[in-house]
Amino acid sequence: MWNYEKRLQYPVKITQPNAKLAQVIITQFGGPDGELSASMRYLSQRYTMPFNVAGLLTDIGTEELAHMEIISAIVYQLTKDLSMDEIESYGFDKYYVDHTLALWPQAASGIPFNSCFFQSKGDPITDLTEDMAADAADA
Amino acid sequence: MNFKMSTEQENMLHDIGVVDFVTVEMTQYLDTHPMDREAIEYFNHYMRMKNQMMRDYANKYGPLSLSVADNSCKEWKWALQPMPWEGVC
Repeated sequence: MWNYEKRLQYPVKITQPNAKLAQVIITQFGGPDGELSASMRYLSQRYTMPFNVAGLLTDIGTEELAHMEIISAIVYQLTKDLSMDEIESYGFDKYYVDHTLALWPQAASGIPFNSCFFQSKGDPITDLTEDMAADAADA
Repeated sequence: MNFKMSTEQENMLHDIGVVDFVTVEMTQYLDTHPMDREAIEYFNHYMRMKNQMMRDYANKYGPLSLSVADNSCKEWKWALQPMPWEGVC
């Protein structure tokens, strides 16, 4: 089970909205190496890990959820209260037509979040190697 | 609702974040080094510090966690805390 703390792991305070930037940063939310993918990767793989590694992946997966909340806050604040003119000039209209200013996990390219972004194979070395590929580049 | 925070509140929240980060990272170290006495002491020190800071913050501004949400007020303060992504903190 989980408990929630009503605070960000690291504070986010954006004063200038920028939907162009948001469209790039959103990949760290719902892209292949994003935080949603990272948390689901660790929390799926942990069951078939050796005992102490299973505990570690649980705690790392939990921390990734906190990272996801930081990234989500960034995207949210970058797109908050945009006018229709700003939405068009930032090229945010293609996202807006489906999701308005709501958060929806997708890659920067527009590809929706998908569990094919990660693997879970039941072999510790294989899975940890996959973790390094996903997390070492942009942890 | 206006959730403008005072500098003191922001500082307390910042300090909780700093101390909590130590406990999160120490937890992950201890997951694979459960017999490291020095690391256990280090963890205990910062976790006690965090628990005290969470209680102090809750007494002043309201609970950040349900574990410190018990209060004798008429209102349920947990529900009145600002959402953390709103950038007020």
